[in-house]
Amino acid sequence: MTMEQESTPSDVPGGDCTPTRMAAPPPPDPQFVLRGTQSAVHALHFCGGAQGQGHPLLLSGSLSGLVHIWSLQTRRAVATLDGHEGQCVTWLQTLPQGHQLLSQGRDLKLCLWDLGEGRNAVVDSVRLESIGFCRGSVLARGHQHWTLAVPGRGSDEVQILEMPSKTSVCTLKPEADAKPGMPMCLELWQANSSPRPLLLAGYEDGSVALWDVSERKVCSRIACHTEPVMALDFDSQKARGVSGSAEKALAVWSLDEQQALQALRTQELTNPGIADVKIRPDRKILATAGWDHRIRVFHWWTMKPLAVLAFHSATVHCVAFATDGLLAAGSRDQRISVWSLYPRT
Amino acid sequence: MRSKAGHALGAQQVWQGCALGALGKRWISGAEGELKRSLRGRWTRRQTERGRGPARSSRMDPALSAVRLSVREAVHTLSSEDGGRIFSTLGSLKRYLGQTENPALPGEQEEFARVHFSAFLRCLVSKLSPDWLELLPDGQLEELWASFFLEGPADQAFLVLMESIEGTAGPSFRLMKMAQLLARFLSAGRMAAVLEGQCWQHTESASPLLQEMLLIRVVGLPDRLGNRLQRESLAVFLPQNYFPLLGEEIVRVLQAVVDSLRGGLDCSVSFVSQVLGKACVHGRQKEILGVLVPRLTALTQGSCLWQRVCWRLVERVPDRAMEAVLTGLVEAAPGPEVLSRLLGNLVMNSRKAQFVLTQKLLFLQYRCTTPMLQSLLGYLATDSQRRPLLVQALKELLETWGSSSAVRHTPLPQQRYVSKAVLICLVHLGDAELHDSRDELLASLMAGVKCRLDSSLPPVRRLGMVVAEVASTRIHPEGPPLRFQYEEDELSREMLALATSRPAADGSLETGPSVPPVAADTPDKEPEESDIPQPRPDSELDSDDEFVPYDMSGDQELKSSKAPMYVRDCVEALTTSENWERWEAALRALEGLVFRSPAATREVSVELAKVLLHLEEKTSVAGFEGLRQRALVAVTVTDPARVAKYLTSQFYALNYSLRQRMDILDVLTLAAQELSRPGRLGRAPQRGSPGPASQPSSAVAPAWRAVVEERIRSKTRRFSKGSAGRGPAAGPNEFNSVAGYFFFPLIQHFDRPLVTFDLLGDDQLVLGRLAHTLGALMYLAVNTTVAVPMGKALLEFVWALRFHGDAYVRRGLLSAVSSVLLSVPAERLLADLPDELLEARAWLADVAEKDPDEDCRLLAVKALLLLEKLKDKLLPLSFP
Repeated sequence: MTMEQESTPSDVPGGDCTPTRMAAPPPPDPQFVLRGTQSAVHALHFCGGAQGQGHPLLLSGSLSGLVHIWSLQTRRAVATLDGHEGQCVTWLQTLPQGHQLLSQGRDLKLCLWDLGEGRNAVVDSVRLESIGFCRGSVLARGHQHWTLAVPGRGSDEVQILEMPSKTSVCTLKPEADAKPGMPMCLELWQANSSPRPLLLAGYEDGSVALWDVSERKVCSRIACHTEPVMALDFDSQKARGVSGSAEKALAVWSLDEQQALQALRTQELTNPGIADVKIRPDRKILATAGWDHRIRVFHWWTMKPLAVLAFHSATVHCVAFATDGLLAAGSRDQRISVWSLYPRT
Repeated sequence: MRSKAGHALGAQQVWQGCALGALGKRWISGAEGELKRSLRGRWTRRQTERGRGPARSSRMDPALSAVRLSVREAVHTLSSEDGGRIFSTLGSLKRYLGQTENPALPGEQEEFARVHFSAFLRCLVSKLSPDWLELLPDGQLEELWASFFLEGPADQAFLVLMESIEGTAGPSFRLMKMAQLLARFLSAGRMAAVLEGQCWQHTESASPLLQEMLLIRVVGLPDRLGNRLQRESLAVFLPQNYFPLLGEEIVRVLQAVVDSLRGGLDCSVSFVSQVLGKACVHGRQKEILGVLVPRLTALTQGSCLWQRVCWRLVERVPDRAMEAVLTGLVEAAPGPEVLSRLLGNLVMNSRKAQFVLTQKLLFLQYRCTTPMLQSLLGYLATDSQRRPLLVQALKELLETWGSSSAVRHTPLPQQRYVSKAVLICLVHLGDAELHDSRDELLASLMAGVKCRLDSSLPPVRRLGMVVAEVASTRIHPEGPPLRFQYEEDELSREMLALATSRPAADGSLETGPSVPPVAADTPDKEPEESDIPQPRPDSELDSDDEFVPYDMSGDQELKSSKAPMYVRDCVEALTTSENWERWEAALRALEGLVFRSPAATREVSVELAKVLLHLEEKTSVAGFEGLRQRALVAVTVTDPARVAKYLTSQFYALNYSLRQRMDILDVLTLAAQELSRPGRLGRAPQRGSPGPASQPSSAVAPAWRAVVEERIRSKTRRFSKGSAGRGPAAGPNEFNSVAGYFFFPLIQHFDRPLVTFDLLGDDQLVLGRLAHTLGALMYLAVNTTVAVPMGKALLEFVWALRFHGDAYVRRGLLSAVSSVLLSVPAERLLADLPDELLEARAWLADVAEKDPDEDCRLLAVKALLLLEKLKDKLLPLSFP
């Protein structure tokens, strides 16, 4: 007579197992799924518990022009912001001071929202000149001052604005013979050692350029991809960045002491098309949003593939990490999946 | 008996005595007019070197009597007990050996050596005993006694030593003393003196009897000593020590010969050649040539005289030993250059050598290694006189290579050997030489390629392709190059390396194929490697254990179209769809769908089988063959009777390619295997194939099951030990009811040729596959009622084809016989098929002994073992 106490079925791995190490665990399920945007999700942003309640919020921008504010505690939308006249919201970013939200829409408007104490009103807006999909980037420079990079009037230009005064600082225009095409993604950052803002821009021709904003010149430029760069993220501490494009590979590159970009390696993917790429704030892992409906997770340092999350049934448009490590992904299937992978210890 | 043996021994001694007498006589006869010649003996030569000049015959008569007197006196003294007197007498006798400060006259020395020495030595031997040696302290007497053997004429001393050792009955003091003395004799280098003594004899004056006796004893020394001394034998007498020593001695003799030739003296190496030949015939090439060849290689470098002596040495080897010597030389020589130095133009002068080198080593044997072949053919190529021989060899090699009978009846290693020889010949021959006999060579080559490509054994086919590619570019360089597709393996790489390596300039021949450099790592790996050694800036290092990857097997390429959900949809998609993604998805989904919905499959089973059988790979689908085959197997398993009937009927139908016919056989085997698998129901289909249809079997026995079971066991508390584990659930063999549909239609029509398909003619590959398939079906039909008629039919099939020329077919037949023996119950075999069994047994015994193919012989032996086992099982039954 035997008595089986328990054998957890979830311990049984899938049929295929790698021969070298013990069987890999099956891919995880999302922690929860947010439904109700009723439109494809194009932008996601975590907002740390600055609202006073201590619970982090998730902001999502949709194709229908609405911005939803989700409570991660109740997993319900707490507010909906409508400021883009039904045009797709492509970028969401809270300002470091809190209470203030930037949203970029395809109605050629960049809105500044005041969310403090239950308010949700547009306090300011910037008129954009470019009709592309390029998301802006913002860099805080002291109290109540921040620099904003947005695509400029000319198709290959990037415009730098001083906020909140909305004064145009400069326009970064590539040299006449470079012809990199439109900027596709922007990343403003600042080295620890120097106060000068730097801008990483991914271009239509697949190249990534590093601009010195104050001198308005390109420090370095490398061709990472053969297709347009769709997204990039940069780890300023390790001086290493990653970019994804419409092709079947991620490119990892680094920045040396002389401010020169160097290609480190490429990571092959199964299917082409990366819509977004983000490094987790603790710089341990990175996540990509794929046109193949899948979220891929890599170890940031070794670029070892860690997980392929096949939950969505349509193109994933955006991924975002919370400061506590939570991962959110928004897809054209109108769902936002939230995952807890490799929790921070 | 004993008296007879003793008599024989005595007779032998008498015979030896005659020989020694002959030696003495020759010396006497040589003393007269031919004195000058006979004085070239080493013994006398030493005297002449000392400047005393040859003795005059007129002065010999009085000396003769004086020598005789002193010897007689010494012999007499030896019998006494007075040690001091014996010592002084022996010491005085040593004068005649010429070693003392007051040597005797040369004439007397010669007289002593010629007439009295052997007899005196025998007398010394007879005196040897512990008491006699102790007449004087400190072994003085023994030392003096031994010095006669070590310093006197070496050939006589050696013969007396051997004679006395062999004449001693059992282990005794005297035997051990004599053996030790012989060991001293050898270590003192006296063997060189024995050999050298024979070099100064002229052929007519040398006694063939004596030489023969010396020869037998010199070469047979290890055997004779071993026989006599048994376990007491000394290390120096062991063959592995003695023959290298003999090699060293030969080098010394040759050195002396070379020196004397420089001095203008004539001499002969024929005795040394005989010794060398006999040692090689005794199978000691490695030991003796292992010493000789490196020394000669060094000595012949740049010395014409040494080369000539060396050539002469090999040339004088008797014909019957020539093969042994030449094989040993080819093996020991480090390259063609050295071989050429050692052999000279031997191959042109000696018919025997020519036969050995150009026929025997190339065609009648195949034991030479590749470096040996390179040496041998390189030797033929190094001299313009010999090159016609190389051309001739290439022609004959290619003729052999191209003969279809040779392809069929020679074992694979020999075919490889001939192929290698062909390639090496081609490397050595120049374009002009090849051009002269191009037509002949090309005809042989093409004939060989044709019959090799027809072969059903992949190694033979590959051999044909490699040789054809290489040879055709050399023989017919201006023509379009032949290119075959074949998988590279060790052999083909070795062959290609042979074909590209130019003949090495000197002895430093690169042996073995050069290994191609390992391909550089994939470029995207390198940065990772360069990443690792960098110090990581993080304080919290990311240990990889923290980030265990999740299972990513589901990460496949995204397909835009969805897989069909029903079997009928699949059929439609496969027949009509122009949408290739849908077509591929249908193919991929089919196996699972068939297993999930057997009822729906049965409705369309034959139609589906037809579609799959005719399916062509229109787009490049990864694993197309496997997908199609698995789907066909699934359909066959789901509806065995009808689909098997269809497939077997199609096997003999018109308008199928050989590939399709073989697919049918594979599918039938796999389906039968699946059907006969015990406990098949209720488990996921599992693949894996023993028989001939060897698809690469996927990883069976999933590792996770073991893990799960281990985990369950560790978490389970057992109150009592039951029977450990359940065996596979018993169930009827599903193959039972349908085995006939699989088997009999296949076996019925094999002897009826169609226009497009002739199993007994050209399509022997399919016939071989058919034989394997029938064997597998027979094996899978174990424990079924139909096994007995199947076995009977199969044995008849085997009987009809048993002398088939193709090895692959024969292998199939042999495995079929084995499966009959395994599957048909023993008592039914004996009751129903006794005659067939007897016939099969006779045939198996014949194959096991004579078949050229190694696998065939092995399979036949296995089947014979099964028959034996059957007999053992039946005997207790029949005689209770």
